[in-house]
Amino acid sequence: MTVHNLYIFDRNGKCLYYNEWNRKKQAGISKEEEYKLMYGMLFSIRSFVSKMSPLDSKEGFQSFQTSRYRLHYFETPSGLKFVMNTDLSVSNARDALQHIYSNLYVENIVKNPTCILGNSLDSDLFSTRLDTFIRALPYYNPRTT
Amino acid sequence: LITVKHKSPLYFKINSELFTLTYGALVTQLCKDYENDEEVNKQLDKMGYNIGVRLIEDFLARSSVGRCQDFRETADVIAKVAFKTYLGVTPSVTNWSPAGDEFSLILESNPLVDFVELPDNHNALIYSNLLCGVLRGALEMVQMAVDVKFVQDTLRGDNVTEIRMKFIKRIEENLPAGDE
Repeated sequence: MTVHNLYIFDRNGKCLYYNEWNRKKQAGISKEEEYKLMYGMLFSIRSFVSKMSPLDSKEGFQSFQTSRYRLHYFETPSGLKFVMNTDLSVSNARDALQHIYSNLYVENIVKNPTCILGNSLDSDLFSTRLDTFIRALPYYNPRTT
Repeated sequence: LITVKHKSPLYFKINSELFTLTYGALVTQLCKDYENDEEVNKQLDKMGYNIGVRLIEDFLARSSVGRCQDFRETADVIAKVAFKTYLGVTPSVTNWSPAGDEFSLILESNPLVDFVELPDNHNALIYSNLLCGVLRGALEMVQMAVDVKFVQDTLRGDNVTEIRMKFIKRIEENLPAGDE
């Protein structure tokens, strides 16, 4: 059971934060390209889901899975997007992403006047607390390589 | 700044007089610095905007209110949840325009102006203009461009305090710039 990595995007598509805990394979492209690819895919899939869903859905896109991992997505009405990849044993990471937003991002970044919104997240307090939180998740348990 | 641990309470109480006095000190200092009511109004709006763009995140985090479906729902959330949460008052929502794109918030009481009287030489001062900036900034972050202004003010002799909010347009989400 594990958390692979986490991306945080702002409403303009800029990647504010990225970290990985247990990623076995890199994308093979630069980080900038990777962020653009992720954001572009999310933009498309959200649009696809909202148009093509055969049922009424209030929430919209929340996750997809492959045979190896699951991608969890949480978006705030203010356009902040949280993306976490976990293995398949994690069926729903929404609470975790909500916590990262409400208790970590809002408390440590938004309420810190020295953190300029729209810049990459540059707060040791945020990074440390986030890392602690991820490692404390019940489904975090990196296998030793 | 008061630091909070993991679970912060939904409300923590501070003395409301301290809040009123702090705001009053802010406006007084701005009046001294700028010596011109119009300029002070602009500064209050700008400061309010900077507060609003952050306050919205705190609001969304605390209240778990989702996206509003329309401007009417937005008005209700502003009056019944936001004002209640941050100022402890619930304005009434009235005077809807026929097109449904404009409404008024009527405040029976305004915590910012307790004990305040405007002196005679400040007729153009919109004392609580910070609120307009806050609302404008907050709504911009949830994709709404709005115009917010005071149309009645008890400080200037009117019976009630009335804030008029007008929906200008929806701010569309942009894809980040493509490769050059």
